[in-house]
Amino acid sequence: MTVLSEATTTVWTAVCAYTDLLPERGACALVGRHQIALFRTFDGELFAIGNQDPFSGAQVLSRGIVGTRAGEPSVASPMHKEVFSLVTGVCLDDPAVAVPTYPIRVADGTVEVGVR
Amino acid sequence: MKLVVVGHGPTSSRLVEALVAKGFGGRITVLGEEPRAAYDRVALTSYLTGRSAEDLTYPVPEGVVLRLASRITGIDRDNRTVTTADGHVEPYDVLVLATGSSPFVPPVPGRELAGCFVYRTIDDLDAIREAAAGAGSGVVIGGGLLGLEAADALRGLGLSTHVVEMGGWLMPRQVDEGGGAVLRGHVEALGLTVHTEAGAREIVAGPDGRVAGLVKPDGETIEAQVVVFSAGVRPRDELARQAGLEVGDRGGIAVDDGMRTSDPAIYAVGECALHDGMVYGLVGPCFTMAEVAADRILGGQAAFARADPSTKLKLLGVEVAQFGAMDGALDVTFMDPVGGVYQKLFVSDDARTLLGGICVGDATPYNTLKPFVGRDLPGAPSELLFTGGPAGMDLPDDAQVCSCNNVTKGQVCAAIADHGLTDVAGIKGCTRAGTTCGSCLPMLKQILIRSGVEVSKALCEHFAHSRAELFDIVRVRGITTFSQLIDEHGAGRGCDVCKPVVASILASLGNGHILDGEQAALQDTNDHFLANIQRNGTYSVVPRIPGGEITPDKLIVIGEVARDFGLYTKITGGQRIDLFGARVEQLPLIWKRLVDAGFESGHAYGKALRTVKSCVGSTWCRYGVQDAVGLAISLELRYRGLRSPHKLKSAVSGCARECAEARGKDFGVIATEQGWNLYVGGNGGFTPRHADLFASDLSTEELIRTIDRFLMFYVRTADRLQRTSAWLESQGLEYVKQVVLEDSLGICADLDAQMDRHVASYADEWRTAIEDPGKLRRFVSFVNAPATPDPSIAFTAERDQIKPVLLPLEVVRS
Repeated sequence: MTVLSEATTTVWTAVCAYTDLLPERGACALVGRHQIALFRTFDGELFAIGNQDPFSGAQVLSRGIVGTRAGEPSVASPMHKEVFSLVTGVCLDDPAVAVPTYPIRVADGTVEVGVR
Repeated sequence: MKLVVVGHGPTSSRLVEALVAKGFGGRITVLGEEPRAAYDRVALTSYLTGRSAEDLTYPVPEGVVLRLASRITGIDRDNRTVTTADGHVEPYDVLVLATGSSPFVPPVPGRELAGCFVYRTIDDLDAIREAAAGAGSGVVIGGGLLGLEAADALRGLGLSTHVVEMGGWLMPRQVDEGGGAVLRGHVEALGLTVHTEAGAREIVAGPDGRVAGLVKPDGETIEAQVVVFSAGVRPRDELARQAGLEVGDRGGIAVDDGMRTSDPAIYAVGECALHDGMVYGLVGPCFTMAEVAADRILGGQAAFARADPSTKLKLLGVEVAQFGAMDGALDVTFMDPVGGVYQKLFVSDDARTLLGGICVGDATPYNTLKPFVGRDLPGAPSELLFTGGPAGMDLPDDAQVCSCNNVTKGQVCAAIADHGLTDVAGIKGCTRAGTTCGSCLPMLKQILIRSGVEVSKALCEHFAHSRAELFDIVRVRGITTFSQLIDEHGAGRGCDVCKPVVASILASLGNGHILDGEQAALQDTNDHFLANIQRNGTYSVVPRIPGGEITPDKLIVIGEVARDFGLYTKITGGQRIDLFGARVEQLPLIWKRLVDAGFESGHAYGKALRTVKSCVGSTWCRYGVQDAVGLAISLELRYRGLRSPHKLKSAVSGCARECAEARGKDFGVIATEQGWNLYVGGNGGFTPRHADLFASDLSTEELIRTIDRFLMFYVRTADRLQRTSAWLESQGLEYVKQVVLEDSLGICADLDAQMDRHVASYADEWRTAIEDPGKLRRFVSFVNAPATPDPSIAFTAERDQIKPVLLPLEVVRS
């Protein structure tokens, strides 16, 4: 039941071509009122998290440096360098803080993000 | 308790500082004869090469009453008061005499003539400088330590300089005849004329009544308009004599191990004190006396023991050092007449115990072997001299490493362990070692390395290397991508620490535009958008304005661009204009306008050269002696775009008034009559630091080569985000001078070539970006709505300009 209801309420939005995303560099998509930071890691995997840096309030996470921390894909806020997991959105420097994560997929070479 | 200190020189200053630091609760009054507070007399000569009196002045702790220009004329021991020349009476419970010494002027006929000086105070130096301005040659009477220093000063003032020494060779108290001969070679190579076994029979006046020359005992006359007496010093003990205190036969106020005179209420410290038949003129023992007296005044039991008269100094660019005894059963000498090096060790008859040593030209044995005086040598004497000493040795704990501040190796090790110190700066802060003459800094670094405290050099979890090591790996292996480097030398996929470091290294080594290919992903947001991120996610833009010189037309363009894009404008501290509030998608449009008008990137966003500030220079200023603006522009254009471990700032002043504040910069240039003085390692910021004089009176060509090498050596070897100031302190000024000025590592040709490549390959990053559609693709607000402004960015108005509206936070806290 739960799965079905989630599936029915997730709206997939096409945002860009897969090739518009550069390895280890973010981009930002505007979906409704949501700003979503999109990332393509070195091995080609895609991640989507909220673009707002929860520490400064600025919409900048898509402009951070992408890398890994203890093997986990991560991005550092360009404002004050707090690092966030691309997988969970949790701030790895202050685990009490997290940013939202969004489902992301590629369909026919087009990147789509899911917003509920 | 009322404590009165008579005299305000380095020892007095140290005493007061020690008393305050140890919590002395009474009232401290210091009466100084000079019109200025105590200053660093060891560095006196630097006053003539650009340091100001303020620079040299020691801070006076809060609460201490300081009366300057107050000469004491009498001590009333019964009523416990002292009286000043202007009639002021100061009562004391405890009196400390720190009256220092006065230069000895031998009774030579003519010594009173105008043009005769001594070399002791800032006032003396002012007078010498004034007299030298109209003079052609000068003579220094006395070829000892101070005499050579005075000779160096006269040479620096442009005089043809003679040194007259009574003894058979220069510096007879520090070196033997062989060392004196090598030293003489160095001194003569600098253009000085040395007369040994010579004195002054008479000083003769010219028709104007001023000094015209010095007649030697052999009748020869040395023409000179300036004569400086440097024939030793005499303790200032006249007050003590007058007050009936015990003084030595040859002068000096007699003190016991606690620095107490024959009157228990009166102490004497410093050069005026006579302890165990010895008077000390070196700063190290004098500071120790101050510490001992402070401890005793506070009820302690500290005792002064016969001090080590070892000296190490650099005079006229030549290292001279002497430690321990100047004779022994056996001696071993290393001599290199070509390189001008003379080193001698004195050892016991079994050649096992080190007794002392003499060094001229290279004082390495002083640094490595001095702690072994009186102990078994760590190797055969000849081998120690040839190899420069036992690099891997372990010093005994009670070996003194800093003689200026009497700090032992054990104290340094304890400080490292107790405070978890990881750098030399920490050791200096905790123990004072290395804070006076600095000659022990290399040894402090060795102790730190050997202390067992593992100083991790790892940049981050991805690289176990320091920045300098990564630089060498990239350079030597010719690596051009981050991926190759991390695959072969690191782990994981990097982070916000190592990626910009590698980006900077690749850029320093000339690997094309910083946004080319994979390099783009390494850049911090500022480098990535070639602009500076601000608190609301917008960026600021700084076009380069070399030397701060700008035409009215270009100023108008900046104004028009700012107006058309609604940007906030502010003049920066680096003499340029910052335009704030640009959104990412506006940056190329703004820069198209600026580039078309002839502007280029100012690299305000990069760890790179920022600006070279300048004063208006000799073109306009009636005081200027060189074209400061012209030099600043050429330096800024030469080093623009040079990626470095941290930002680089510079300035050029056209005269000694220093309006461009060059000594607060990473490299600062101050004009002299003869050329340029170069200062390095200055810093504003969190830890302000005045730059150190690196080289004097350089031609423009020499200046540029020196800066080239200095910068490239810094770029190669500094840690991540280490400004030149911290880097210079970690390397040691002398070491960097050797590498850059004397090419001691043999890398200067390589550094030159690297800088030449940088200069040849420079291209404006913004022009390249706006001409490349691939690079322009990143300058969009949203990948799916490239021209839609970020709706979260908003401004209000303040003082007729925009001001960011701070963004509401939506923090998710679990």
